Amino acid sequence: MLDDRYDLAFRLYPYERSADQDAATPVRHPVVVLGGGPVGVAMALDLGLRGVPVVLLDDHEGVGQGSRAICFAKRTLEICDRWGAALPMVEKGVVWNLGKVFHEDRKVYEFNLLPEEGHRFPAFINLPQPWFERYLVERIRAAQAQGAPIEIRGRNQVTSVEVDEDHARLEVETPEGPYSLEADWLIGCDGAGSPLRKRMGLDFEGRVFEDNFLIADIRMTADFPTERWFWFEPPFKSSGASCLLHRQPDDIWRVDFQIGWDIDREKELREENVRARLDAMLGEGVDYEIVWTSIYRFQCRRMRRFRHGPVIFAGDSAHQVSPFGARGANSGIQDVDNLGWKLAAVLQGAAPEALLESYDSERRQAADENILNSSRSTDFITPKSQISHVFRNAVLDLAEAFPFARPLVNSGRLSLPCTYDGSPLNGADALPGGPARTRPGSPCPDARLGQGFLLGRLGQGVTLLTLDCALPEGALPEGVTHLALSSDDDASGALAARYLGEAAQAVYLIRPDQHVAARWAAPEAEAIRVACDRLFGREMT
Amino acid sequence: MSEFVTDPNLADPDGFYADLLAAHEGLSEEESAAFNARLILVLANQIGAPETLRAALAAAAEAGARG
Ligand SMILES: Cc1cc2nc3c(=O)[nH]c(=O)nc-3n(C[C@H](O)[C@H](O)[C@H](O)COP(=O)(O)OP(=O)(O)OC[C@H]3O[C@@H](n4cnc5c(N)ncnc54)[C@H](O)[C@@H]3O)c2cc1C
Repeated sequence: MLDDRYDLAFRLYPYERSADQDAATPVRHPVVVLGGGPVGVAMALDLGLRGVPVVLLDDHEGVGQGSRAICFAKRTLEICDRWGAALPMVEKGVVWNLGKVFHEDRKVYEFNLLPEEGHRFPAFINLPQPWFERYLVERIRAAQAQGAPIEIRGRNQVTSVEVDEDHARLEVETPEGPYSLEADWLIGCDGAGSPLRKRMGLDFEGRVFEDNFLIADIRMTADFPTERWFWFEPPFKSSGASCLLHRQPDDIWRVDFQIGWDIDREKELREENVRARLDAMLGEGVDYEIVWTSIYRFQCRRMRRFRHGPVIFAGDSAHQVSPFGARGANSGIQDVDNLGWKLAAVLQGAAPEALLESYDSERRQAADENILNSSRSTDFITPKSQISHVFRNAVLDLAEAFPFARPLVNSGRLSLPCTYDGSPLNGADALPGGPARTRPGSPCPDARLGQGFLLGRLGQGVTLLTLDCALPEGALPEGVTHLALSSDDDASGALAARYLGEAAQAVYLIRPDQHVAARWAAPEAEAIRVACDRLFGREMT
Repeated sequence: MSEFVTDPNLADPDGFYADLLAAHEGLSEEESAAFNARLILVLANQIGAPETLRAALAAAAEAGARG
């Protein structure tokens, strides 16, 4: 039967009987998304907004209570903004810029994220994952009301999958019994333990880190500042080998203790033991209420390939990282951003199926980058040998005295989007003097344009951006939107600095996921057409 | 980029060696290990160039592998 694996924070999609359950033969859908975590919900939203009919199956009726992600990065907010979901997140979330690093009882240094000017969104917000998911589901509800073809089916547990060359067949268990359904494309967003991946017998290899982390989310009105505090070898009693204190909305604080490998989970989770750690850390007389506790371990690993015929994996099912650096949900949202337009283009006949191979290669590249960063952070935070411990503490001692050692301190390198260098979708880089940060493959940096922002002006499709120049006659490919800007549109000069560099004028071809496909100083119509074909994978067949 | 220096480059080899030992004088084994680690990091920052640092790591490994 259908047992709950977790309690709900928000009941958002109660079970309802679907017509598919009464169909004589299994109904075939263009896209089925398996799993309603942040990645699956985002996937359904992106596809639905593109007019692709999508069915989302989740085995619960809403968002789990478990406290997991809290840090959502700028790129995630930019993507959510394209979906029209970012504003409530920013409103609810806590913006922080200052981080402090301690070693034992000393402050080693502090850093300021110093957000660059001219971006719509802050570098990070802290927002509990259930709220993030809830805002996405609310956005789906609003989109449905306007006709977006999205269907969420709560309490629909996929119990078996048969994969054919061009479709998958699913068995689904519901409170009213099982039914079958078919999908031309099945997107596996069923999390790190992915039953789908296991059922298909697919690999998931990488490193296991032998450590346990105890999370306590506590509510307190104490006067701690809105900063990220990280201790290496904290001085307070039984606090473990490292400790993190981070603020969330609603007077809730995340405390994360690294408590070692060989532990008695049940004992550690007992309230009096959690309180003992917290009391030692927060000091006498601080009043707080424990809202959530859990112990987690982690691994850094990924599937060898993310696409297997009609089945495509996204989010934790495809790759898993340590929480240090907040690269889990953030990278999953980027998977969605990468896959949505490609799958829509294939389904709508604008691109060959081969385009989907670039999802596989680009997002594996991103996963490797995330795993690398996350493993390095972990190796710094939890040294694996005596000598690495010696070097780690040497870095901390030096960082306290000299600025040069501070960049070596690694308590998590915060999530940044991947630049798809070498992607088969990248076209010409023909802008002499153009900035490196906007080379083909890069995510477009934002810039202020009058009352609005650049990224808000890029729609859901392909954009041809001209900066300080005109397009040659007939150079705008069909279906591409022209955005004509002048560097004077941004008096701060950031637009010019980010897109022109040393160049006097520029033309950028921008993908639907806001990554640069190609750029030129003065392209011929033919060059633009070629790059446009390439970005849709029309050259790959 | 400058060549990786394997020829003598210390102005006063005996003096430097004496300073190095003096710096470790009175330190426990653990303190010495920590001191060495700090020293390596300070020197690495002086060098800066990644290729030179990689060559230095390789040279240290190579010399240790002999004999
Ligand atoms: C302590 C901790 C802190 C973290 N902090 C951060 C952070 O600050 N920032 C960040 O970006 N990431 C963070 N992460 C990672 C983040 O939580 C995950 O990357 C994210 O939840 C992955 O989303 P997902 O949708 O891929 O999978 P999940 O969230 O695991 O969702 C999978 C969904 O599939 C459903 N499902 C599974 N099997 C079936 C089935 N057979 N049938 C139907 N439905 C099924 C599940 O019920 C679930 O709803 C953290 C993780 C941990 C553990």
